[in-house]
Amino acid sequence: MLEGILIGLSTAVTPFNLMMVVAGCVIGTLIGMLPGLGPMSIIAIMIPVAIGIGDPTSALILLSGVYYGAIFGGSTSSILLNAPGVAGTVATAFDGYPMAQKGMAGKALTIAAISSFAGGSLATVLLMIFAPALSSVALLFHSAEYFALMVVGLSAIAAFAGSGQVGKALMMTILGLILGTVGEGALSSTPRFTFGILDLQSGFSFITLAMAMFALPEALFLVMNPARSAEQGSGKITGLRISRQEARTIAPVIGRQSVQGFFIGVLPGAGATIASFLGYAVERNLATKEEQAEFGKGSIKGLAAPETANNAACTGSFVPLLTLGIPGSGTTAILLGALIALNVTPGPRLMTDEPDVFWAVIIAMYIGNLVLLILNLPLIPYIAKILAVPRNYLIPFILFFTLMGSYIGQNNSTELLILVGFGVCATILRFANYPLAPLLIGFILGTMLEDNFARAMQLYRGFGFLLERPMTLALLALAAILVVLPSYRAMRARRRAMREQGVAEGD
Amino acid sequence: MKFTRRVMMTAAAAMVAFSGTAQADGHQVLDSIHFLIPGGAGGGWDGTARGTGEALTESGLVGTASYENLSGGGGGVAIANLIENAESSYGTLMVNSTPIVIRSLTGEIAQSYRDLTLVAGTVGDYAALVVADDSPIQTMEDALAMYRESPNDFAIGGGSVPGGMDHLVAAIVMQGAGEDPTAFNYIGYDAGGEAMAGLLSGEIDALSTGFSEAIALAEQGEVRILGVTSQERVPAYDSAPTFAEQGIDADFVNWRGFFAAPGLPEDMLATYQEALGAMLETEEWEAVRSRMGLVNIYRPGDEFRTFLDAQEQQLGDLMRDLGFL
Repeated sequence: MLEGILIGLSTAVTPFNLMMVVAGCVIGTLIGMLPGLGPMSIIAIMIPVAIGIGDPTSALILLSGVYYGAIFGGSTSSILLNAPGVAGTVATAFDGYPMAQKGMAGKALTIAAISSFAGGSLATVLLMIFAPALSSVALLFHSAEYFALMVVGLSAIAAFAGSGQVGKALMMTILGLILGTVGEGALSSTPRFTFGILDLQSGFSFITLAMAMFALPEALFLVMNPARSAEQGSGKITGLRISRQEARTIAPVIGRQSVQGFFIGVLPGAGATIASFLGYAVERNLATKEEQAEFGKGSIKGLAAPETANNAACTGSFVPLLTLGIPGSGTTAILLGALIALNVTPGPRLMTDEPDVFWAVIIAMYIGNLVLLILNLPLIPYIAKILAVPRNYLIPFILFFTLMGSYIGQNNSTELLILVGFGVCATILRFANYPLAPLLIGFILGTMLEDNFARAMQLYRGFGFLLERPMTLALLALAAILVVLPSYRAMRARRRAMREQGVAEGD
Repeated sequence: MKFTRRVMMTAAAAMVAFSGTAQADGHQVLDSIHFLIPGGAGGGWDGTARGTGEALTESGLVGTASYENLSGGGGGVAIANLIENAESSYGTLMVNSTPIVIRSLTGEIAQSYRDLTLVAGTVGDYAALVVADDSPIQTMEDALAMYRESPNDFAIGGGSVPGGMDHLVAAIVMQGAGEDPTAFNYIGYDAGGEAMAGLLSGEIDALSTGFSEAIALAEQGEVRILGVTSQERVPAYDSAPTFAEQGIDADFVNWRGFFAAPGLPEDMLATYQEALGAMLETEEWEAVRSRMGLVNIYRPGDEFRTFLDAQEQQLGDLMRDLGFL
C-alpha cells in the first residue's frame, strides 16, 4: 500500500496539478455558495474543461477540488443564509444558522471547515486501507435494508421533539412525506396528485422546497419583524476562533461521524443526506442532557456531526464507484461518466490494471481536502462579513439568491410560483411555532423510503422481508429505540420534576 | 470596474477568434444551433446533445452551439415549450430518445413525436440482459430454465419504473422466448447504478440494461451478457451473443435523435439534416461516439418517421399485452 501511496504522490504532486486543485477548490467554493448549484451541476459544468486537459490524473484532481469546494460552499449558504443548496447540507443549517444568528458565524464556518476536512481526510484513510475489502459491504444491503435505513433516518426528527413539540414535529414529518408522493410514483409512471399540472409531474424539486421552508420564511420574518432585525443587525461578529474546550467537545463527534458517515456512504443509494441526518440523530442521543437542549439552537456538536458525516459519506461513495463501477449518488454518476470519457473504467480491475490512476484519485482527494482547508480558513472572516451587511441590503440579496436558486435548477418559472406559495405557507407555520425541518426530512427521505419499500414488497410478495431479513428487523428496532428513548427520557424527567414540585407544594 | 470590463472584452474577443478559426475550415453549414435538453445536466440526453454540439463545432460544421436544460414532466415540459414557441424556436434542436414514444403512449406526455418536425435519428444503443459473473446462469437458456422452474423466485430488474423502457425490453425478450410477458417479476430501480447494485447484491437474478453500460461492466469481469437485442453481433463487443442467434426474436434499439419545432421551413430542415449527417462521418464525432459506446444509426426525416411508427406499434402492442395501456 505504501508503494501505492508513493505512486499516487509522484503522479499527483506536480506544480500543474497543484494549480488545478487550487483552481478547482476556488471555483467549487464560489459556485457552491449559490443555493441552486450543488456539486452535481458544478461537476457537470466542469467536465468538458476536465476532459480538455486530457491527462486523467490532472482532470481528476481538478474535479475533486471542485467537488470538495462545492460541498464546502454549500455549507456556507446553509450556515449564513439558512439556504441549504443540497440535501446533504440541510442538517448543517439546523445548528449552523442559529449559531450565525447569535453572531458566531465565523466560528460556525470554522467548525464546518474543520469538520469537513477531518471527515473527508479520515474517510480517505479508511478508503485507502479498506476499499478492496469494502466492495462486499456495499452489496450487503438489499432494498429491504435500505427501507429500514430510511426509517432510521426519519428518526432524526426525534431531535426536534424536545420542548413539547412531539406532535407538531410528527405532523410536519407526515406533511413532508405527503409532499414527497406528488409526481410519478415508484410503481408506475402514472402521475399522482398533480391535478393535471404538467410541471408537477416530476414532483416538487428539493431545492425549491428547501428554499421555501428555510430561506424564504427567514427573509420574510426579518421584513415583518424589523425590531428583531435591528437588534441583530449590529453586524458584530465575535468568536471567530474555537477554544480548546470547544475543540475537545467536537473531537469525539468528528471521530465517530467520520467512521459512521464513511460506512453509510459506502452503501450505494444511501449517501451524504442519510449520513448527515443519522449523524445528527446519533450524536444528539449520545450527548449529555444539557448538550441535548442545545441541539437545534446552535450546538457546536450538532453542527460538527452532519458536516463531518456528509463529507465522510462523499468519500465513502467512492468505494462502490472505484471498486465496482457503481455510482452510488448523482454526483458519482457524473464522475463515472467523466472517468469513462478519460478512458478509465472503474471496476474490480482498476486497482490491479491501473494502480497509478487508482492511487492518484485517492491522493487527489486528499490534496483537494487539504488545499480547501488552507484556502478557506483565512477567508472565513471575510465570508462571514456577509452577515454584517445591513439588513435592508441583505434581505433583497437573500431573496434574490433564493429565487434564483430554485429557478436555475429546472429553468422553469413555475418553480418560482411554487416557491412563493410554499414560502408563504411556511412563514405562517413558523409563526405558529411549527418546526419546518421535519417537513424537509420527510420530503427528502419519503421518496427513497417508498421506492425501497415497494421493491421489497414486490420481491418478497408481501411483508415477508420483515421476518426473513434479520438486518431489516434490527434496523427497524434501532429506529424505534431512537424515537422512543428520548421521549421516554423526557417524560420521566417531566414526571420527576412534577413530583418534586408536588412535594414542594405539599410542604 | 474598468479592469473588469476590459477582461470581459478580451474574453469576448477570444471567443470571436475561436469561432473565427472554426469558420476558416470552409465547410461550415450553419452559424449556430441551440440545443434543448428535456432533462437535467449529466443525464443521457444531456450527454448526447453536448457530445453532438461538441462534434459539430469542433469539426467546423457549425459555428457555435448553445445548450438549455429544461427538465420536467418526463420531457413533456420541453416538448410543450418547443411547440408553444414554435415560430421563435426554428434555431432550436431538441434531443430525445425512445422514452418519447413510450411516454406519449401512456399519456404521460400529452403530445407525441407527430407534433414535432422530425430532423433525424443519429445514434442508438441496443439493450442487453445481463447476470452477475458469479451467477450459476451461463446462458439465456439457463435463465429461462430457472424461470420456468420457479417463476415466483425469478426477478428481472432494470433502471426504469414498471412499464418503462427496461421493463419493456425484458418483456420483449421473454415474449420472444415464448413466455408470457406479463408473468415474470420485474423490479424497477430509480437509476441504472442502483439496479446494478441490486444485481451484484443478489437481490435480482438478471438485469435489463443498455448495451453500452453492459459492455463496460462485462469488461471489468462483473457481469455476463446473456444476449443483445441487435440482429447481428455488435463489433464493439462481439463476444456477446445476440438473442436472434439463440432463437429468441427480440429486436430493439434505444435510438437517440433530434427534433425541431413544428412548421420548420423545408430549407432549414435540410440544413440541419446535412449538418448532422456530415457530422457522423467526422473524426470528432467518432471520439464522442466511442466515448459513449453508442452505434451510429442515421435516419433522416421520413425514414425516421417510418422507424418511429414501427417502434410505436411494437411497444404499443406490448404495453397493451402488459396492461399498461
